[in-house]
Amino acid sequence: MSRERSSAERGVLLQNPLSGISLRRHGGLIALALLLLFNIVFTRNFLHMQTLFVNVSQVATIAIVAVGMTLVIATRGVDLSVGAVMALAGALAPLIFMSSFGRANPGLGVALAIIVPLLVAAACGLFNGVLVAFLNVQPIIATLILFISGRGIALVLTNGNLQTFSNPIFSFLGTGRILGLPFQGWLALAIALFFAWLVARTLYGRYLLAVGGNETAAGLAGVPVRTVKIATYVISASLAGLAGLIVVAINSASDAARIGNLMELDAIAAAVVGGAVLSGGRAPILGAIFGAVFIQLVRYTLLANGFSDEVALIIKAAIIVFAVYLQQASRE
Amino acid sequence: MTTPLLRMTGISKAFNGVPALARAELAVDRGEVHAIVGQNGAGKSTLIKILTGVYQRDEGEIAFDGAPSTIASPREAQERGVSTIYQELNLVPLRSVTENVVLGYEPRTRWGTIDWRGAHRRTGEILSRFGVDIDVKAPLATYPTAIQQLVAIARAVSLNAKLVIMDEPTSSLDEREVEVLFGVIRELKNSGTSILYVSHFLDELFEICDRVTIMRDGRTVGVANIAETTKLDLIAAMLGRSAAEIQTAGMTELAATGDRSGELLLEAEGVATNRRLRNLSLKVRRGEIVGLAGLLGSGRTEAARAIFGCDKPTAGRVAMKGTAIDCPRTAISRGIGYLTEDRKAEGIVPELSVRENMTLALLPQLSRMGLVDKAREREIVERFIRSLGIKAAHMDQKVSELSGGNQQKVLLGRWLAIQPALLILDEPTRGVDVGAKLEIQAIIRRYVDEGCGVILISSEFQELIEGADEIVVLQEGESVRTVSNPGVTEDMLVHAIAQPKAKEVDA
Ligand SMILES: Nc1ncnc2c1ncn2[C@@H]1O[C@H](COP(=O)(O)OP(=O)(O)OP(=O)(O)O)[C@@H](O)[C@H]1O
Ligand SMILES: [Mg+2]
Repeated sequence: MSRERSSAERGVLLQNPLSGISLRRHGGLIALALLLLFNIVFTRNFLHMQTLFVNVSQVATIAIVAVGMTLVIATRGVDLSVGAVMALAGALAPLIFMSSFGRANPGLGVALAIIVPLLVAAACGLFNGVLVAFLNVQPIIATLILFISGRGIALVLTNGNLQTFSNPIFSFLGTGRILGLPFQGWLALAIALFFAWLVARTLYGRYLLAVGGNETAAGLAGVPVRTVKIATYVISASLAGLAGLIVVAINSASDAARIGNLMELDAIAAAVVGGAVLSGGRAPILGAIFGAVFIQLVRYTLLANGFSDEVALIIKAAIIVFAVYLQQASRE
Repeated sequence: MTTPLLRMTGISKAFNGVPALARAELAVDRGEVHAIVGQNGAGKSTLIKILTGVYQRDEGEIAFDGAPSTIASPREAQERGVSTIYQELNLVPLRSVTENVVLGYEPRTRWGTIDWRGAHRRTGEILSRFGVDIDVKAPLATYPTAIQQLVAIARAVSLNAKLVIMDEPTSSLDEREVEVLFGVIRELKNSGTSILYVSHFLDELFEICDRVTIMRDGRTVGVANIAETTKLDLIAAMLGRSAAEIQTAGMTELAATGDRSGELLLEAEGVATNRRLRNLSLKVRRGEIVGLAGLLGSGRTEAARAIFGCDKPTAGRVAMKGTAIDCPRTAISRGIGYLTEDRKAEGIVPELSVRENMTLALLPQLSRMGLVDKAREREIVERFIRSLGIKAAHMDQKVSELSGGNQQKVLLGRWLAIQPALLILDEPTRGVDVGAKLEIQAIIRRYVDEGCGVILISSEFQELIEGADEIVVLQEGESVRTVSNPGVTEDMLVHAIAQPKAKEVDA
């Protein structure tokens, strides 16, 4: 019931100079600031350019997937298949440019190695979207199908082998620099700005929020509810596919068993930390970027300070829960 | 009887710097039925929500049951004995009737598990006291809005409240159910419970209430014993004008002026759907208002849904200017608008702004290559906010922050904005105050005189009798007869609705 406290009322809190920065309202930012402070004090070499590069290049994939996840969550859905779709796209790319055709036509080979996996990823999204929009399958169940089978297909395609390669053109996706910063960082930024614009200014964006906010009312007002949902799952899967390509490019190797492992959780957490609510109707794209940065930083902090993987996972989960709590509390 | 059960004094509340209440007052005696009246946005619901802890007051004092009230949340309010039925029902449609009644206060067995048998029994008992006999194990959504409303009231009654608050409880009830509700209210009153009652149906107040508090622009402008006042006085006080100025108020603004023999717009023939519609036939011409009349459950809303293409016909056909309608999207593109009955579930998108809600149906026409033309959007919204007299802080305010009546006007704006050739209106003036009601009726009339067609569903006979050129009477999903104006009287209409299908009435 306290949900009914209005945005306007919270606005008053913000305007009141005495209340200043409140823990509830700026919880996320405060948590991020604390995390940075902790690192500056305790993590060795934190303020080096190299650290920045590592973090930017790793945050890019989370951010790209989280943008798509935010859109899906805005429709009251969730996409569990993003990690598996990443693996599928990531496994396909080297298969294409290392095929005999790909070797014979290096330029075309790389182009196809980017386009074909993206199309396959989009097809996965179409599959999810049709299940959700036409067959009324619960999104969590619908995307569970590819969550389970997608990685399996990727493993079958690669016979479960690690594929290593050296292909400088393709690797630019993961190791290139523009103005000194990793290419995928710019890419993620461009994608975020594009989708933020899409949500704010276009017919699709408005329809997305209407469908998530009140599907029945939207349908009665002539919003093409099914098309909007399908498009959203296609976008999410395509972005996941792109992230899969980036991961493979970073490593110059493709391991279908590991690409995008647990990415669905990181992406959901980033979206929610960024202000998405599972009841739909809001799509804070830039928030998702913030969330991705936050999660990456947590991961990096734990790693750099020598926590074992298992412990790191637990602490990460706890910190995310806390951040989400702060974020949601500010909305109550 | 010296101290009242509830006394609220000097209550102020501002949202984002805009005052909604300015030193409002309210006192409710024990065992009294007390009404609050006022225009849309006068602050009635806000005052109630402050009492029940949904909002916190900026200023003022509340004393309840002899002590200063510290109620800080709706749950606490219920525990103190204040039960509320909000304007926008807050129930869980997919859970059973019983669950909705006992939610949060489930009776326990000795083992600490939920005593479902007891819960079902008790729910059944309360509802049968209301004269409602239904399967309490079925999901709430399977019942019409009116039953859902009574379930909400049953929930309040089951909590043994000292004060039961009803914010526009009768707006979705038909006459018989209103009588049932009044019976319940009288019974509650006799057992010493106080009732706080908000309604735009002033006639009801004279039937059921003891005293009335009048609010205007967030202030309490008067308190009166109902026996010592008149409807005209109440309206005058609500609007802040003299009684003489508004002598005509209370009549509808729908009455026809021009002639009507325009081109055929819509034709439905023998339409049946899976939703209780069995055989609907009607025609709408330009410049004509066709009313749909019938008891609750006679299929009026179902008829509207079938015409708009929400439900696929299993028989018969609907054609707008000769082309078939198969879904809301085609209906809209053919120039049909549909203002739904259930504003919360089927109307507003609560998270979106007034502007975004109003242009939802118009959006395709407002965008080029997928891009929304915001300048034009703002201009159009601006125009409708002015012409409909919508009370909002600004057009980017969340629609859920508007008062109920103003939300209704936003939705009406949504449909007027697409300049439809045919408008289906399901209870268009529900929840709007007397002043706005006349305005909305006048807008509908003007719009029809410009050569458009309207299908009007209304539980208010007066609206149908004065407004509709033809009234199609529905019984059990079937259009059984038509009465035509001029010359329809209330008696005639009641007769036509109640009379069994076989015999014809002449009109
Ligand atoms: N949560 C909110 N945030 C911002 N403004 C609000 C909020 N709730 C109410 N208001 C504003 O306060 C004023 C009073 O609203 P309220 O709902 O109390 O009116 P009301 O008298 O119940 O009207 P109605 O008859 O239409 O239901 C309105 O102008 C409304 O826009
Ligand atoms: Mg109200």
